[in-house]
Amino acid sequence: MRKVVRFRDCDWVLLGLALAIAAIGIVEIYSTTAQTALAGQVRRQVYWVLLGLLLSMAVSRIDYHLVLEQIPWLYGVTILGLGALLVLGQPIAGTKRWVAIGGLTFQASEMAKLVIILMVAAYFAERQGKFVTWKDFVKLGILVGLPVVLVALEPDLGTALTFFPIVAAGFFLAGLRARHLAVLALLGALMLPVGWHFLKPYQRERLISYVHPSKDTQGSSYQATQAKIAIGSGGFWGKGIRSGTQSRLGFVPVSHADFIFAAFAEEQGFVGTLLVLLLYLALLLRLLDGAQTAGDRAGAFLLAGFAAVLFFQVAVNIGMMVGFFPVTGIPLPLMSQGGSSALFTFLGLGLAMSVNMRRFVN
Amino acid sequence: MEFRFPEDERFPAWKIAFLQYVIAATFLALLIGYWRLQIGQHRQYLDQAERNRIRNLPVIAPRGRILDREGRVLADNFPAFSVLLMRESPAALTPARVEGMARGLQLDPADLQRLVERTTKLPRFQPVVLKQSATMADIAFVESHRVEYPELDLLQVQQRSYPKCAIVAAVLGYIGEVSEEMIAKPGSPYRPGDVVGRSGIERTYNSVLAGRDGMQRVIVNSRGQEMGSMTAINALPGNDLRLTLDLDLQMAAEAALGEQPGAVVALDPTTGEVLAMVSHPSFDPNDFARRIDQETWQNLNSDPQKPLMNKAIQAHLAPGSVFKIVTGTAALETGTIKPNYTVNCPGVITIYGHTYHDWVYSKGKGHGSVDFHRAIVVSCDVYFYTLGKLLGIEKIAYFAKRLGLGSRTGIDLPSEDPGLIPSPEWVRRAFKRQWWAGETISVAIGQGAVAVTPLQLAYAIGGIACGGVFRRPHLAFRDQLLALGVNPQEETTREFPLRDDTVDALSRGMWGVVNEGGTGAGAHDPSLDIAGKTGTAQVVSAELQDSARKAEYKDNAWFVGYAPSTKPEIVVSALVMQGNHSTVAVPIARDVIKAYFGKKASRKPPPDQLQTQVRVMSQVLGALPGEPGRAPQQR
Repeated sequence: MRKVVRFRDCDWVLLGLALAIAAIGIVEIYSTTAQTALAGQVRRQVYWVLLGLLLSMAVSRIDYHLVLEQIPWLYGVTILGLGALLVLGQPIAGTKRWVAIGGLTFQASEMAKLVIILMVAAYFAERQGKFVTWKDFVKLGILVGLPVVLVALEPDLGTALTFFPIVAAGFFLAGLRARHLAVLALLGALMLPVGWHFLKPYQRERLISYVHPSKDTQGSSYQATQAKIAIGSGGFWGKGIRSGTQSRLGFVPVSHADFIFAAFAEEQGFVGTLLVLLLYLALLLRLLDGAQTAGDRAGAFLLAGFAAVLFFQVAVNIGMMVGFFPVTGIPLPLMSQGGSSALFTFLGLGLAMSVNMRRFVN
Repeated sequence: MEFRFPEDERFPAWKIAFLQYVIAATFLALLIGYWRLQIGQHRQYLDQAERNRIRNLPVIAPRGRILDREGRVLADNFPAFSVLLMRESPAALTPARVEGMARGLQLDPADLQRLVERTTKLPRFQPVVLKQSATMADIAFVESHRVEYPELDLLQVQQRSYPKCAIVAAVLGYIGEVSEEMIAKPGSPYRPGDVVGRSGIERTYNSVLAGRDGMQRVIVNSRGQEMGSMTAINALPGNDLRLTLDLDLQMAAEAALGEQPGAVVALDPTTGEVLAMVSHPSFDPNDFARRIDQETWQNLNSDPQKPLMNKAIQAHLAPGSVFKIVTGTAALETGTIKPNYTVNCPGVITIYGHTYHDWVYSKGKGHGSVDFHRAIVVSCDVYFYTLGKLLGIEKIAYFAKRLGLGSRTGIDLPSEDPGLIPSPEWVRRAFKRQWWAGETISVAIGQGAVAVTPLQLAYAIGGIACGGVFRRPHLAFRDQLLALGVNPQEETTREFPLRDDTVDALSRGMWGVVNEGGTGAGAHDPSLDIAGKTGTAQVVSAELQDSARKAEYKDNAWFVGYAPSTKPEIVVSALVMQGNHSTVAVPIARDVIKAYFGKKASRKPPPDQLQTQVRVMSQVLGALPGEPGRAPQQR
């Protein structure tokens, strides 16, 4: 089953789409941070993307089955690591999200995301049968629930939520029965008040202001309002590079990171929005095409899980700017400034290419 | 560990396709969301973005300075800070936040809340002034709360200052925030928080003194810090205004009046220029330049001595014996008597069945036989009672009015009192009754309902001394007003020609008051040629005065003096309220006149080139003997 792959088999389209989006992101980071205290961020992002590119090429050479085989201990290390972070970690800005390695900081949860994708792919690849059973729900519920709780405790609810689409896509592809959906929907409805109880006050506020955006324009919906103003004021053609007043004057919060798309839409207008949405759409459809043509179920689940995370993050991040979703701290893959997110995305792309390059069954 | 991967179990193709459709549909929804914002509501969001970053800051135009006739500064400005309220997002001004601001700025929360409510109708880009002359603590509060209260900002302004404090206060008036009635007037250029002249010169010439505020558009970031500036509308500073006042005379009048309540007015009767105008007790207009605090304002308003009242133009008081000049003018001009008309004064006279006392009667004597000249010099009441009976009220009232009493002089100050000259027509209108013949007798000596202001008396006596030429009193130079494009009042001179022998008899009489041991002998100064007339005006009847002995029942003391007696250059009206006897008013007018001629004598030549200086010096030296040192004419 191990196949020999050649460099020209690399998925250049996938890589090209990802690099195009990353390049747009870098230009926007430059545009929104130039001549500010954050001006150094663009150079760091270039390094991260280049590093990510090299890593993805390297990973694509590795047979993904080899990686899947490492899952049991990778998963164990991840859980231990997340637990240790909660116990031993030094809080940064009130959260224990960051791991410092040699002067660089990483979000441990981004790496955990990759491990979950692999773990879910390995799990479903191994099991037989046309439909999932309640046993699968319990087993995966525990396996995924553990890291979800650990990440949610950091607290980083946004990232914890990104684990769910991975599992959901897995179940969907593995075969769901109608009764599964019905029971899950009921359980979910029952859990809502309990979940509310566990939310931190600022998280509740975000939800309230999502439901009633006009309630208070200075508080938590301020960010959402300012992002909307930025996007709307961009118009059709945009205000031009480095000319977004909302982002450059600080009205849009973290306009180089989580809110980068608001800054981009302000400066590049609807034309830019359309272009980037098309690029993301092409990227996601191509990933799913790969899932269809993958050489085996493991590869298919891996691609589907990765696509599900990316889709979730892109949709929630771009959607929350226009009020489709409550404001959550989810970065926009490939565009938001940040090393952890870039590394996760490029490693994921590397794995995806690894699957694609080995799709031809001899 | 080895995984088994069953090759044969592929997903049904529809599952992947379904996921792809879900993704495509979601992206379409996102695109529609962005279309709505970026195309549908673009205008509205662009406006909001512009309002976010652009702040319209008023640039306050400095008010023009007010100068005395020699250019000395009476009202000036100094840089200060005002706390501004930006109103770009009025919804954010919740009561709790307004209260927080009020506490930080040490303002009354209820006051501030009212101000905020009052301004809701204004355009949003217009900021309003919350607090003038911010203290260091206020500035620190605004700077350190940029994030909590981004609505607050500081504005550099020019704050009014009055270096002479209370001395010129009555004339200059004060400034203050524009009242709601003024804003409500149709076509009003004012906005809440604007500062305008509320009284005095500041009010009359507000349009001259007030500049036009400019507007600066600055770019601010989300923390309210200024990041740059855009187009600006420059502020137009107000014009300086030079007054006819002479600060030296003003100081002399101030010193002469001392602590006594009353007023002093000095006019140049040949031009109508007001040289000095003092009213006591006074106030410090600097208190008003900042927003005046409630306590000071209440104290000023509840003070029975009415410090905010300019008594020089607003005191409505009986002139007493000064009015005898009016009665005398009427008697001579109508030919009712000749100056040699003589009356025997036993100290008391009975007219129309009523007994009238002379002011010397309490000393148990009369003035004996007095002619017109003597009657003025000793201020014989019996003589003028007699003239009153001979003239009748109609003639007295006619002359009083033509001589400038009973109506506003038209000075360029707000709220001038017109005074009152009673007449049968007036009692019919005001009291629906007939004129009592006995009232005429009181009016003849300036009692009864006769009421004048210190300015009116200076105006009337000055005009009579000038032969019946009355120059409208004014504080601003007509030429300057014309140059500034302000239309000064048309009528500046009113003539009511008096016969030379009438003027001669009156002025010789008034010269005698001062220089022949008359009632104004206290003003006698061999170096000065002062003439004048005293007055001691009863506030209540003599009986009540004796029984009550209250301070407010004390007589008001008057003296109106002018010099030189033949060709007056200055006329001074002095009023000491509750002064008890005219003798207290006499030296006040004398001191002012003395200061006037003292200054004239010592006037230095302009520091020009040596040659002209020498030439001017020789002229001055040559002119000296004929100038103020000349001997008073003997009569």
